[in-house]
Amino acid sequence: MKLNRRKFLATTAAVAAAVAVPSISLAGDTIKLGSVLDTSGGFDAYGKPMNMALQLAVEKINADGGLLGKQVEVIGYDTQSDMALYTQYAQQLVRQDKVDVVHGGILSASREAIRQTMRKSKTLYFYNVLYEGGVCDRNIFINGVTPAQQVEALVPYAMGKSGKKVYILAADYNYGQITAEWIKKYVAENGGETVGLDFFPLDVSDFGSTIAKIQSVGPDLVIAPLVGAAHLSFFRQWAASGMKDKIALASTTMGVGNEHKVLSAAETDGIMVAYNYSQDIDSPANNAFKANWEAAFGDSNSIHEIAVSNYQGVLTWAEGVRAAGSLDRDAIIAALETGISIDGPGGKVTVDPKTHHAVLDVHLMEMENQGMRVVKTLSQRQPIDTQAVCDLAANPNDNTQYEIKF
Amino acid sequence: MDFGFVLLVEILYAVASLALISAGLAVVFGMMKVINLAHGEFMMLGGYAAITSANMGVNIFIAMLIIAPIVVGLIGLIVERLVIRHLYGRLVDTMLATWGLSLFFIGCATMIFGNTTTGISTPIPGFAVGDYQINGYNFFIIIVSVVLILAMLAVLKTTRLGLIARGTMQNPDMASALGYSPDRIYMATFFVGSALSGFAGAILAPLVGLVPTSGGAFIAKAFITVIAGGPALISGLLSSSALFGFVGQVFSFAASPVIGDVAMLIAAVILLRLLPKGVTGRFFKGKL
Repeated sequence: MKLNRRKFLATTAAVAAAVAVPSISLAGDTIKLGSVLDTSGGFDAYGKPMNMALQLAVEKINADGGLLGKQVEVIGYDTQSDMALYTQYAQQLVRQDKVDVVHGGILSASREAIRQTMRKSKTLYFYNVLYEGGVCDRNIFINGVTPAQQVEALVPYAMGKSGKKVYILAADYNYGQITAEWIKKYVAENGGETVGLDFFPLDVSDFGSTIAKIQSVGPDLVIAPLVGAAHLSFFRQWAASGMKDKIALASTTMGVGNEHKVLSAAETDGIMVAYNYSQDIDSPANNAFKANWEAAFGDSNSIHEIAVSNYQGVLTWAEGVRAAGSLDRDAIIAALETGISIDGPGGKVTVDPKTHHAVLDVHLMEMENQGMRVVKTLSQRQPIDTQAVCDLAANPNDNTQYEIKF
Repeated sequence: MDFGFVLLVEILYAVASLALISAGLAVVFGMMKVINLAHGEFMMLGGYAAITSANMGVNIFIAMLIIAPIVVGLIGLIVERLVIRHLYGRLVDTMLATWGLSLFFIGCATMIFGNTTTGISTPIPGFAVGDYQINGYNFFIIIVSVVLILAMLAVLKTTRLGLIARGTMQNPDMASALGYSPDRIYMATFFVGSALSGFAGAILAPLVGLVPTSGGAFIAKAFITVIAGGPALISGLLSSSALFGFVGQVFSFAASPVIGDVAMLIAAVILLRLLPKGVTGRFFKGKL
């Protein structure tokens, strides 16, 4: 067959139309939920369970009859722990896939890489991870715990169990630095004294000199917002020196990626933490969630804090869509801003209209036998750090991540 | 007084761990002139070999001291036969090939063990010195390093095997003319070098968690120590680890571990500016 330009154009157009038509008709039938998570590479310990939780949440929504009479379809991309891929896939989600909402991002850097893309394209964005706080943007909803929510609960409890002199060991980047400031503030407010503060880059793994230094200062309590695989060896070396029974230890990060299951019970028993979720919470919502997880993936061992945050984020969004009765972004935001609540595995989660952060339960826990035993639950804690700097009701056009000043 | 003792132990520990990290590289790079960029990955493999066998029920000391070096030595042997032996005398090419190997090993470890942290608890309890608690494992590392250095010295200096190996490294043609097969001797030496790396990785594994990319943390320190040590194998290794371990640890105590690392690197830069051929290029000349 001889192919001239006119014929070629006609055929390709026909083929393109044939391919395009069914996808257009499909698009009307489902609600598209975009997801960007690192399910491979260095952060996959966080990302894989988050992705599993997302699948579970969507299955639950669809089993309950979907939203607005439609099924929810997940369009997910694996960002491979590579920040550059976040921008690429975010563009793809909003321009090509034209999704109705995006959930995802793990590190703060990944969130900042895609937040503006979402805002410009008016695509609703949910960031469901424990983070340093301060993001103020009407297009984003955040339901992870912020430092103040954790520290406000953890510091008085840990000081009550040990004493007034506190030594802080923190990861040397914005999360650790901001969290250390909050710890200092609450230590002072509770009548204590910060006797030492050291920052560690993420690749430091030898803490021998630090442990000796801590002993020469002689605090009653060590609080350690340390992050990542290398910092994990601090907990190992602390126990190996026999310090565990001498000075009390608390952390704001230990266990978020199930680190306590990598270490042995002897190394972690007694470490005090405060999070929104523990596998040991005995509530109907959590038991049902764990049963679903086991049915879908075998065993529920891999569930962790931010997987649950992701689950709760998707459910919050679904509740917003139901209340709005439409997929229009502004209608959903308005509905969420009425202070919608859901009952998640970690307890009740309420949207804070002023900051678009979450009001949630914080559980004080102690590590025990590679689990986290809930000692006390503080219900419905406000994200006071972000509330101090952000008011979206007064400034709906705000678009900054505030650094909280002390 | 107690603090002084703690400081002393920590310094000795830093020196010992530097010597341990660098021993394998000293053989492979110092003696054989193969720039082994996969040195860190050999250590990582040693760590995994020890942890895996310990988890399978093998006594932890047997796993660390015997199984890990043998496993990594055998891996080294395969690598030598398949890749390295074609590249002797081609310094830059060995660099490229071993860099590829390091990526390959990281990939393999990720596939087998997953990209997550694994580890085992240290098998020796801590103990008290006055008001201070010390990590008992630090002493173990110090003792192991001392024994290792003495053993290397004994083998190289007093045995015929050591003599042949040293002779072959200096002049393979002459060794060949005397009836020794340089090919075999290179192979055996590479085996020993890899086994030493695996040994070091296994000994350090209980102290720091392991991820497939752990090797990267050791490689820079190992190269700096070996290069700054200069041509003499043992005395170079000892003098540069003593210097860098001391400087690094003193600054760690005075300021923070970060400043400790910075001080160590600055010391290395100054040292190589003053003694471009390393410590033993100037002192201990002609010693082993």
